[in-house]
Amino acid sequence: MKARSAAFPYLIWMGLFIIIPLGLIAFYAFTDKNAAFTLENILSVGNYGGVLFKSIYLAAISTVICLIIGYPLAYALSRLPEHMQNFCLMLVMLPMWINFLLRTYAWMTILEDNGLINSLLVSLGLPKINLIDTQGAVVLGMVYNYLPFMITPLYSVLTKVGPSLTEAAQDLGASPLHVFLRVIFPLSMPGVTSGVTMVFVPAVSTFIISKMLGGSDNLLIGDIIDMKFLGNSYNPYLGSAISLMLMVVVLICMGLMNQFDDGDKEGMLV
Amino acid sequence: MNQNPIVSLRNIQVAFDGEPILKGIDLDICDKEFVTLLGPSGCGKTTTLRIIGGFVTPDSGDLFFDGKKINNLPPYKRNVNTVFQRYALFPHMNVADNVAFGLKIQKESPTKIRTQVRDMLELVGLKGFEHRRVTNLSGGQQQRVAIARALVNHPRVLLLDEPLGALDLKLRKDMQLELKKIQRETGITFVYVTHDQEEALTMSDRVVVMNDGVIQQIGTPQDIYNEPVNAFVADFIGESNIVDGIMYEDYDVEFAGAEFVCVDKGFQREEQVKVVIRPEDIEVVPVDDGKISGVVENVIFKGVHYEMQVNACGQTWIIHSTRQKPVGSVIGMNIAPDNIHIMHRAQDASAEPLGEEEVRL
Repeated sequence: MKARSAAFPYLIWMGLFIIIPLGLIAFYAFTDKNAAFTLENILSVGNYGGVLFKSIYLAAISTVICLIIGYPLAYALSRLPEHMQNFCLMLVMLPMWINFLLRTYAWMTILEDNGLINSLLVSLGLPKINLIDTQGAVVLGMVYNYLPFMITPLYSVLTKVGPSLTEAAQDLGASPLHVFLRVIFPLSMPGVTSGVTMVFVPAVSTFIISKMLGGSDNLLIGDIIDMKFLGNSYNPYLGSAISLMLMVVVLICMGLMNQFDDGDKEGMLV
Repeated sequence: MNQNPIVSLRNIQVAFDGEPILKGIDLDICDKEFVTLLGPSGCGKTTTLRIIGGFVTPDSGDLFFDGKKINNLPPYKRNVNTVFQRYALFPHMNVADNVAFGLKIQKESPTKIRTQVRDMLELVGLKGFEHRRVTNLSGGQQQRVAIARALVNHPRVLLLDEPLGALDLKLRKDMQLELKKIQRETGITFVYVTHDQEEALTMSDRVVVMNDGVIQQIGTPQDIYNEPVNAFVADFIGESNIVDGIMYEDYDVEFAGAEFVCVDKGFQREEQVKVVIRPEDIEVVPVDDGKISGVVENVIFKGVHYEMQVNACGQTWIIHSTRQKPVGSVIGMNIAPDNIHIMHRAQDASAEPLGEEEVRL
């Protein structure tokens, strides 16, 4: 009973700042200016299908790249001597001590037409290349900003796959590749799932990164929502409807992901 | 047991962080033999096992398997399997998949894998457990899975690192007999690590007593128990009374203020020696009939016998006897010639600091 009453402040918090706003979004999504019920908002979300698809596509690519970069890094981290582990983990988290906006601005100055890279190319007598305002720049920004969210859960799962299991597999004739494929990777699946979730969800709804690095050609669903609430095409009813649909899409993606993970449920270490 | 060495260690030395762990180990393990490495924790027995398994590379010295030097052969290429101390079962697999792991790596056919896994589970008494999750098994059952998982690959040598350490006494006794039976039936060489001297004596063809990175004695359980070469072995293998004595001539020794006939010879005249007497070898007799007399200080009931602490000649003696003497009573003690074991004192000197290590246990 005590444990339950300890959760009470959090329940109030959740009610005030999560449940009620969600309810408001749902309410706005299905009403018009006169607070009358309408399906018009939901139906016009279809106009943004292309943007929604692009958001999912870029977020998915970024997530895969984060996984490809993050997994070996997390594995290497988990095999370092303990004092080194903490230090290197701090290095991974270090960029996050700098403001998110500032970090993205920094990439802007690097990638701009007159930015760091292009100035360097010009000084070497090479032609400029267009880096800013491309999908590639958006993906770069997402990978850069969300990589730590991939590494941390992978690292914490991989440290629990102790050397004793590796040794047992080797002892039974497994080469290093087999040890990885049959023991380490299956056991790290919970980390993969939570890493993918923690990268994909913010990436799919980001608006700063796409606005700053993607230019007007690469607006994502987050930018559209942003515009509906704060921009010149002010329409909170439609904005709410798009938010609601995005949430549904994310939930479906997570559902699929968990389905995939369920098959490997025995991989849960804790 | 035949006499061809299958595993040979030659002057193996290992240090971790500059701390010597093995100080020159020489050991031959014969085919189909049950060898036990016995010693207190930190003596280097597990490290020795891990060298054979391939998990530790010796700093110097050589390791031979079937006459071939395998110092740098990785573990997965060795025809050796290990039952780990904490079992190290794969938590994401069920019992059958754990046992089948090695066979799948060898790319055996599914039907062969299925029959072999079934046979092996039957051998270790886990018939019908194929689809259980290993995390839901008891310690004893997990331990059997670990044995089956190793044995199913038919290794030439099976390494066992204190496999019964986590089991309760009754289960441990049963498993000791069962392991011995499995070893006889399969004809696989077992190298067994334990700190439990009774376990070592029960199961082994030969016992290797180690302390502080040095092999103290290698011999049959009988040799080790009856003819310990130094005070460490005498003390570690069962309880012992170890007293100073003087060897006057062959078969004639004096200790505790009395002269005894013994069966040892080949000592120098008047040599200072250590005398080892097992607690059960001291005969309790009426005071007038005993060569030594002492006062009973303490009596503990141990089940099969009473353990008495007796003060005689300024020293406490431990005596195991089926008959109890009241505390405070004076008793006589006699010792038969073949129950007196004489050791050189020089040999003992090297073992002296090691005795302390045992106390720490």
